[in-house]
This record gives sequence, C-alpha cells and structure tokens, in this order.
Amino acid sequence: MKTAVQAAGLFATYDIPDYFCELLNRGDSPPPDLQRVRDRLARFDLAELRRRAAAVEAQFYRLGITFTVYSDREAIDRVLPFDVIPRVLTAAEWDHVERGVQQRVRAINLFLHDIYHDRHILNDGVVPRDLVLGNANYCQAMVGLDVPGGVYVHINGTDLVRDRDGRFLVLEDNARTPSGVSYVLEDRQMMLRLMPDLARGLNIRPVDEYGPRLHRALAEVAPAGVDNPQVVLLSPGIYNAAYFEHVFLAREMGIPLVEGRDLMVEDGRVYMRTVAGPRPVHSIYRRLNDDFLDPLVFNPDSMLGVPGLVDAYRQGNVTLANAIGTGVADDKAVYAYMPRIIRYYLDEEPILTNVETHICAEREGLEYTLANIERLVVKPVGESGGYGLLIGPHATQAELDEFRALLRANPANYISQPVISLSVSPTLCPAGVEARHVDLRPFAVTGRDTWVLPGGLSRVALRKGSLVVNSSQGGGSKDTWVLAS
Amino acid sequence: MTQASVFPAPVVPGLRNLLSRYAESTMWLARYMERIENLARLIEVTSTSVSATNMDAGWDSVIRINADEGLFFQHHETATERSVVAFYIIDANNPDSIVSMARYARENARVLRPLISTEMWMHLNVFTRWVMELGPNDVGAGYLSSLCTRLKQDCQTHFGITEGTLYRDQAWLFYILGKNLERADQITRLIDIKYHTLLPSEVGIGSDIDMSQWTSVLRSAAAYHAFRRVLPEGMTPANIVGFLLKNDGFPRSLSTSLRSVYSVLGSLAGEYRLRHCAPIIERVEELRVTLAEQTVEDIIMRGLHEYMDWIQRELRQIQNEIAHAFWPPVLSIHSTGTGRMEQVQN
Repeated sequence: MKTAVQAAGLFATYDIPDYFCELLNRGDSPPPDLQRVRDRLARFDLAELRRRAAAVEAQFYRLGITFTVYSDREAIDRVLPFDVIPRVLTAAEWDHVERGVQQRVRAINLFLHDIYHDRHILNDGVVPRDLVLGNANYCQAMVGLDVPGGVYVHINGTDLVRDRDGRFLVLEDNARTPSGVSYVLEDRQMMLRLMPDLARGLNIRPVDEYGPRLHRALAEVAPAGVDNPQVVLLSPGIYNAAYFEHVFLAREMGIPLVEGRDLMVEDGRVYMRTVAGPRPVHSIYRRLNDDFLDPLVFNPDSMLGVPGLVDAYRQGNVTLANAIGTGVADDKAVYAYMPRIIRYYLDEEPILTNVETHICAEREGLEYTLANIERLVVKPVGESGGYGLLIGPHATQAELDEFRALLRANPANYISQPVISLSVSPTLCPAGVEARHVDLRPFAVTGRDTWVLPGGLSRVALRKGSLVVNSSQGGGSKDTWVLAS
Repeated sequence: MTQASVFPAPVVPGLRNLLSRYAESTMWLARYMERIENLARLIEVTSTSVSATNMDAGWDSVIRINADEGLFFQHHETATERSVVAFYIIDANNPDSIVSMARYARENARVLRPLISTEMWMHLNVFTRWVMELGPNDVGAGYLSSLCTRLKQDCQTHFGITEGTLYRDQAWLFYILGKNLERADQITRLIDIKYHTLLPSEVGIGSDIDMSQWTSVLRSAAAYHAFRRVLPEGMTPANIVGFLLKNDGFPRSLSTSLRSVYSVLGSLAGEYRLRHCAPIIERVEELRVTLAEQTVEDIIMRGLHEYMDWIQRELRQIQNEIAHAFWPPVLSIHSTGTGRMEQVQN
C-alpha cells in the first residue's frame, strides 16, 4: 500500500482514497510543480472556494452552456456542472499520452484505408472478416474511395482512464463525431477568470489554439486544387444536444455553421445558400451521423442532410470530416483488436494499452464473462454515452441474471472488462472536498499530421463512488492542466 | 486550377457572404425586439393614461393596433385592463404576446449564436428566460409600470449592445433593415388606431382630458419631449400626426425609418453587390416620395386610414420581396422552420 502524503488546509478533511490521485496519492513524492498547485489549493478556505464555484455557475448559466439530456426532455437548458479544482498532468505524463494518441490515430487511419481497399488485415486473419464487413458501421459507399491524405478520422477522441498504479489505459476510441472539446476551452477560460491566483506563474500549456489548428487541418484536406477552401460546420440545428459545441467551434474557426437546408448539391458540387446566391463549399466538418448525411443514400427520411452530398463526396469535390464509415474503427468489439492493429500496421508496441477486454462473440470470452459477471463491466458494443451497460459489483442479483440472459441470447453484442479502480481527483462536493473518479478524453486533430490538444476533457463522476462520468448521467467536467515543464 | 462552377463567381473577391438563414434570423431578431419595446411602451402609456378616468377604457385600442380582435374576443367578453394585459404579456397562446415574441427572439438568437457577439447572446439569454417565466403575479396593476419599464430598458440594452458589438457586415445591415421596417409598421399602426382619440369629442373640447390623450399618444411613441421642442405651442391632432409621420429628426418617425431602410438597401446593392435590390429600392423610394410630397393636411383630408393601410401593405410587400431576394424558399422536403415567423408577420 502506498503511503498517503501529508494533507493540510483545504485537504485537512480529505479522505485519502485507496485509489490513484494525481494530487494527493501518487505513490511517490509529487514533482515540484504539482506540489506547488497542491500547496496553493490547500491555502484556500472552503467558503472561499464555494463562493467562487457559485460565481462559475452563474456565469455558465448566463452563457447558456447547455447540454440536452436525452432521457430528460424537459431539462433542455441544464447547466453542465463544472468543478473548480483542476486536474493536473505533468509534462512527462502528457508526453506519454500524446505519443500514444498519435500512434493510435495513425493506426486507425491505416486500418480504415485498408478495410475500404485491399483488406490485407482481414486476409491475413488479424481481425475477423465478419466483425468488419458485417459491422453496422461499415459503409459500402466508401469502398475503393480515396480520401485526401488518406485521412479518415480528422477529429478523434480517445477515452483514457488511470488504474490504481496511475497507468493510462484506453477505455474506448471515438472516431465518429467525438464531442466535448468546447468544454475544454470554456473550462479553461472560466478557470483563469475565477482562480487567477491558483494559476499565476505556473507554466500551463494553452488550449486556445484548437480552433485555428482544426481550421488549418480541414483546409489541408480540402479537395486538391482549391485555393482558399471554404470550410463549414454542418450541424443538425438548434435542438441538437451538442448545438452549443457546434456554435462554439464554428466561432473558434471563424466559419459558417450550416444546417442541411443551407447546403445544396448541383452537378456533383456542394454550395451554400447565401444572400448573394449559392457559394461553393469545399470542406465540411459535419456533426451529423452517417445515417443522416444524405437521404438519397442513407436514411431517406432524414430532413437534416443534403441530397446528393455522398455523390459529391465520391466525386472528390468535397471533403467530409470525419469520413463516412469510421464507426468500424471505434466499435467496442474492434477495440479489442486495437493492440494487434497497431502492431500490424506500424510494427510498434502500443504506447497506450487497452483495458483487458473479453470479446463475447468468441467462445472463451463469453464463458469467462458468464463465469465472472459479478466482477466485470459488461458493455453493449453499439451504444455510446454509458447507456445499457452493467457494472457487475454494483448490480443486484436480478440485474446479473438479466444480463446473463442477454449475453446468451446475443453474445456478439457484448464485451466485458474488469472493473478498473479509476483514479480520483479532489472535487468540491456538498460535504467538502472529496475524492471523485475521473477519466480523460484527449482530442487529436489530423490534417497533414496529427496534433493533440494539450490536456483534453477531464470528466468527473460527481456522485460518490460512481464510475460513470458521462455528462448524460450526472457527470461533470474539470479543467485539465498540462504543465509545460 | 480552380473548380468550375455552374454559378457565377463572387463579384467582390474574398467577400464572405452571409448565409441566407442568418440574414432572415437577423432581420427577425431585430423586428421582435423592436416589437416588444413598442408593445411595452403602449401598455405602459395606456395603463397610466386611462387610470385617471374609466379603468378599462382605452384597452380595446391596444387590441385593434395589433389587429387581434378575433383571437382576443374568442376568449374574453370585454377588453378590461386585466384581460388585455395578461393577453399581451404572459399569454403563450397569443403569438403577439411579449412572452411569445421573447420566445421567437430567443429562437432566432440561438440560430444566430455563431454570428452574434457573446455579449449579445448573454443578454438575450437572460432577458428571454426572464420574460418566459413571467406569471400572473408579475402583471398586477401595482407592478405593471415597473415591469414595462424593465421590458423597455432590456430592449434598449439589447440595441445598445448590438450597436456596440455586432460586426459591421451584411448581418448588421439586415438587422437595421428589420428594426426600421418594424418601426415604420408600428408607427403607422399607432397613428391609424389612435388618431380618433386625438379628435376633439363634443363634450370634451379643450378639456384636460383631450390634452392628456394627446400627450399619451406622443408618449407611446417616445415623442413627447421631442415634439415639445419642435412645436412648443402646436399641440393639434394634425401636428402630432405630421410629426410622427414626417419629422426627419425624430428617430421613430415614418420618414426616418424609411430613410434608413432606403440607405441600407443601397449599401447591400452597392458595397456588397447584392442583386435583386433594385425593385425593392424603387418601392421604398416611391413610399418616401408620396410621404414627402404631401402635407399632413392633404393626407388627413384624403383619408388617413386609407393612407396608413396602403403604407402597411407596401411595408409587407417590401418584407416579402426581401425574403424572396435573399432567402428564397427551398423547393424540397427541406423547406421547414420559418412558418411561425411568417405567421406573425402581419
């Protein structure tokens, strides 16, 4: 067992948890910079911290940073909780994460190119053919299509957790339309405004480059031969849960936010409707799922998409970011093969390892899962947002039985993983500063090369003991500081 | 190498053109905020000017100004202060109520969030939420005046923030266009409905009541002090109507609003080389000419109501032509979304 470091001041009543805590329980003495953050935080008194937290809430309310929760239709304008105590990463920790994410994105793009072209990885038997070609997200319209620069996943979010030893593990990849980056930028602004005395003099890596970097990447992958490409962000509109983020990113990039009805396809080219008539569009950052993009090719009932868009895309007249059909790469079953995929294409060992994963489509995986279900997290492979999963140790007997039946009925729909003792971070709670579980989603932007936003979204499970950090289920966010040295 | 296009290249190279949907929302945001301010003004003035005599007299004119007789009398027997105030401030089923307009303004503001300043959004966010939460207890007689004052001030704050922070490109021009079309419409409605109250009745010639009716009409257009400065002795019905229609210095007169509409359309056609402006400019110019060439006495003699009616029809036509030129309907399954705004576009 590690020895807990001496706590004081704000942390006097902090119950040092039996988990890895970046600030208070690292298993070694913290680097000097981290020590400084901790000492400064310790000098705050609880009432002062609460006063500032209240000011944050008022600010966010006024700004209308909102998040629609699917199961709670009434709460259209719910404020996303923000914790005023930052989550801090050292330069060395970040270097490791950054290299790991870049490696993973490289492998994912090579994998997608391969499965939509020669399918070497399937022919060599590294990944089961059915898993890829029979995947609901595998898109026939992408077969044989060359995308600019071979980039399929321009924006990628990698969900990381830290285990009891502080080791970073990949929980899942988000290679379709990962969201949450706006909170990273907003949280930072809010943090510097409300806790300037905490940040002063520390060398914290900035995050405000995200907009220009993303814009540059999207311009880099525009169809060849276009000078000064027009980039737009395609949103489902004001009633979408992530509309705030779409607005935020469009503003940060200085590009128009368009809806499907603002775009039209004529002669295989995409135009937007302006007061001066139709104007060409070359690169589309789409925040619309594949199914809704083009009613002529996918869901014919979609009112959100643009008829003819896929045809224009296939003709190479417009770039979509991310490409269509990238969902195969972030499928929870394909995830299990990611270490092998990295080795196959890059001939390197994965820098970031996966959480140990049992594939229930395979006989051994299913048997292991059924035999150990009370110790495992069982996840449906198609869902996102923490819906429909079972956390064995927290489940009732009836829930365990129900999941056993579900597993037997449709094993290919599930994977299972051991419960990870997620790391914690001190968090302002009703009863004082307490330990709460956190994860980390770094965002990688890929144009000609891959850039990773320093830090990323730290989500925190605000309910005591909870492991579910999703914003749709009571999660909040923290500012993530990456120290430059 | 550049891509071949079935559409002509932009006339002004490098110019970033405004999305049609943004232009439409900008215009309507301005119109709704202007309309809320005018209605708050009218309610406040009505409540203070009628309270001296009969509590409920004068409220029916608020209904007639907004042409809401049909909807109102479906649900109410008579136009009392209580029923009219509730109908125009907190009745969500009335598309012309302040709470409904706040909701439309909010929806337009949400559409425009990528475009407008953060300050504009923050203020609109707080303001519209506040309005949408108003209840029966907030509109009682004792609170009405301060409520209307706050509504008015919030609209003015909005205009101030917009003036100080909105980037000056086409969006700004469409905003000014919407604001001034709305003002022009509102002033002609006010004159049309209120003119009869300016005329001396048989019993009350020269009495105090007449004077207070006249000042209240001026006050509902925020014109009282300006009028006094220009015509300290000339408080006659014709002078009041003339001032509200033709005074070039008064910010809410019809002539001032039309001048602004004219110059904005000129900028859209000139600086931004937008096509389709010419016929609209011509229509506005004709309105201005008929206004300038007639004295107010001529107008009254030929029929004030008919003239106001004609101007309102022309203003509607201008709005429709602007819509047709800059956000033409999309002829496909994708034409959705604007029904509500057009519905209240009287």
